Amino acid sequence: MATLTLDRVSKIYGHGGKDALKAVNDVNMAIDDGEIIGLLGSSGCGKTSTLRMIAGFEGVTEGDVKIGDRVVNRLSPAQRNVAMAFEGYALYPPLTIRDNIAFGFSRDRLKKAEVDARVKRIADLLEINDILERYPPTISGGQQQRASLARALVRNADLYLLDEPMGQLEPRLRAILRARIKEWIIERRLTTIIVTHDQTEALALCDRIAVMEAGVLLQLATPHELKDRPANLFVASFIGEPPMNVFKARVERDGGVARLIAGDEAGHDAFGIELPLSGAGHALGNRHEVHLGIRPHLVAIGGGGALRGQVVSNQWLGDQSHIGIDLGGATLIAVTDGALDVPAGSEAPLTLPLESIHLFDAESGVALMHGLEPAAPGVRAAA
Amino acid sequence: MHPAIRVVLLTLIGLFFLFPIVWVFLMSFQTNETILRIPPSLVFEPTLQNYTALISGRLETGAGVLELAFMQNLWNSFVLSFCSVALSLLLGVPAAYAFARFKFFGSEDIAFTLLSFRFAPALLVLLPLNLYFQDIGLNDTYIGLIWVYQLITLPLILWIVRGYFEDISPDIENAYRVDGHSWFSTFMKISIPLALPGIAAAALLSFIFAWNNFVFALILASADKQPVTVGALAFVTASGIQYGQIAAAVVLSILPTLALALYAQRYLVEGLSLGAVKG
Ligand SMILES: Nc1ncnc2c1ncn2[C@@H]1O[C@H](COP(=O)(O)OP(=O)(O)O)[C@@H](O)[C@H]1O
Ligand SMILES: [Mg+2]
Repeated sequence: MATLTLDRVSKIYGHGGKDALKAVNDVNMAIDDGEIIGLLGSSGCGKTSTLRMIAGFEGVTEGDVKIGDRVVNRLSPAQRNVAMAFEGYALYPPLTIRDNIAFGFSRDRLKKAEVDARVKRIADLLEINDILERYPPTISGGQQQRASLARALVRNADLYLLDEPMGQLEPRLRAILRARIKEWIIERRLTTIIVTHDQTEALALCDRIAVMEAGVLLQLATPHELKDRPANLFVASFIGEPPMNVFKARVERDGGVARLIAGDEAGHDAFGIELPLSGAGHALGNRHEVHLGIRPHLVAIGGGGALRGQVVSNQWLGDQSHIGIDLGGATLIAVTDGALDVPAGSEAPLTLPLESIHLFDAESGVALMHGLEPAAPGVRAAA
Repeated sequence: MHPAIRVVLLTLIGLFFLFPIVWVFLMSFQTNETILRIPPSLVFEPTLQNYTALISGRLETGAGVLELAFMQNLWNSFVLSFCSVALSLLLGVPAAYAFARFKFFGSEDIAFTLLSFRFAPALLVLLPLNLYFQDIGLNDTYIGLIWVYQLITLPLILWIVRGYFEDISPDIENAYRVDGHSWFSTFMKISIPLALPGIAAAALLSFIFAWNNFVFALILASADKQPVTVGALAFVTASGIQYGQIAAAVVLSILPTLALALYAQRYLVEGLSLGAVKG
């Protein structure tokens, strides 16, 4: 187990010229011993490329990869002591699943009983005991994926790279395995990077989450921070289900107060809120336009709400309600924990609490304010 | 389709393709007289004299006794084909892997150049080569012939095996490398076994091509290094063409390739049933 540091790492595919593609762009990461990191981002954003550079299958075009205090750029995959579960499983077809799993630590020269015990332990964990004697081409994608995950987790490595390890599993099994895998990783203090499309998985499994887009690392932070203090508009709308409500807003200054007038899709004024300019308000600078965001479950419905909206939909999902509200032409989604008796067509008073408001620069998308606090300085702009 | 019709059709096709071989097989048990009988007949008294003549190396013709080097020729064929294929495998399999896995500068051009050896008319290459070989003493040696045979076997092996390597997911190799194995042991333990059906097919095919080659050895080798293809010329004797012996020689010279094909078939079929290598 070890730390992992990426120091300004870039990957360019192709040999310059017009077919060159910058798949990973100047990524910095410092991962602690025993930390579980989620790598989240849309398809093609460079997640797999990042892992492949760490494992040593791809050269690093720029920057340094450090495992522990060793710069490993020039080391072969064999010398890096990294375990990896591949996106495409990469099981060895002529061997049974058992041998595929045991293959991973064939170099350790363990006694057969010890090998069997280790295979059994991980096979129990991932529910693949019944297919240990089968061959990879004869089992389903989900089973191959678990076998491939088992092969990685069972090893003794400094670092574990899991590339979409549960993408092929049905949701119920995935939820069960997620908890078990987390326990396995924490028990052994494994330094782990998990690539995933599924943010529920990332939020549940990881100490910190790295959000990538177009090769750029936008933010590496705890799930809490990502939700409460997203570094930019992309992260804000990427993380959270349903996604954050975002409106384009005009800024009007009136004495010590800023009026933020949000527009609807066509740009007509929809609703406004007032923000004291004292304190954090200076983070607004002299901007005339911002993006205003609020998470759906922080919209407060009812009571003496300052705004009045028209309910357009109300969906009870069994544990929460998704309520669509028309606010002067702009559509807002609110989430409440209980069922709420506001049928479509009714009027609803609501409040957008100032401490839950996020403001972003209109052009770069960089966060300006979270609640009434200025966003942390020095965060990267969305590309 | 009705099964009976299928059987009939398959039999017809089989007969059509096998007829020449069957005919030659029958000829090999006949004397020249019965072969040249008009009209030809399927009824004859089988004789082993063609085979004994070939194996003992003594051919008794109307014009006297003729020494035959057929067994030596057969041995030469075997040595030349086997060594050529072995050398080509040694050189071609690693090269095929390199062409499949690494896109280095000019890799496509080099691969194509190697293939283009097969486009050149052999005689055009051989006549000047013969002069050089005489100068450096490679003329009429196994080594010289095996070297030239690479023109036949190497491109074939290179291009067929390359395709098989390309079909193996690099991540299967990566998975092994990341477990702590060197590049070389990954190549030996993972890549080669997975490409084995392809390697077997390529080896078989190039063995047959080498075995059937005529013109290289005709020009570059003298009697004691000649393979059966060239040696067969000896059956055209002063007292006529020895059809019986030719037929027996054909049967004997088919046998090694046939045996090899039957043996390699196991690997070929195994390769097909392991089809899902791409995982
Ligand atoms: N070997 C390669 N050669 C050229 N381009 C590649 C290669 N591998 C990936 N890419 C490109 O790099 C980008 C990032 O790919 P990848 O890292 O696989 O994304 P992700 O895993 O996030 O889906 C994609 O545009 C992809 O097409
Ligand atoms: Mg990927």
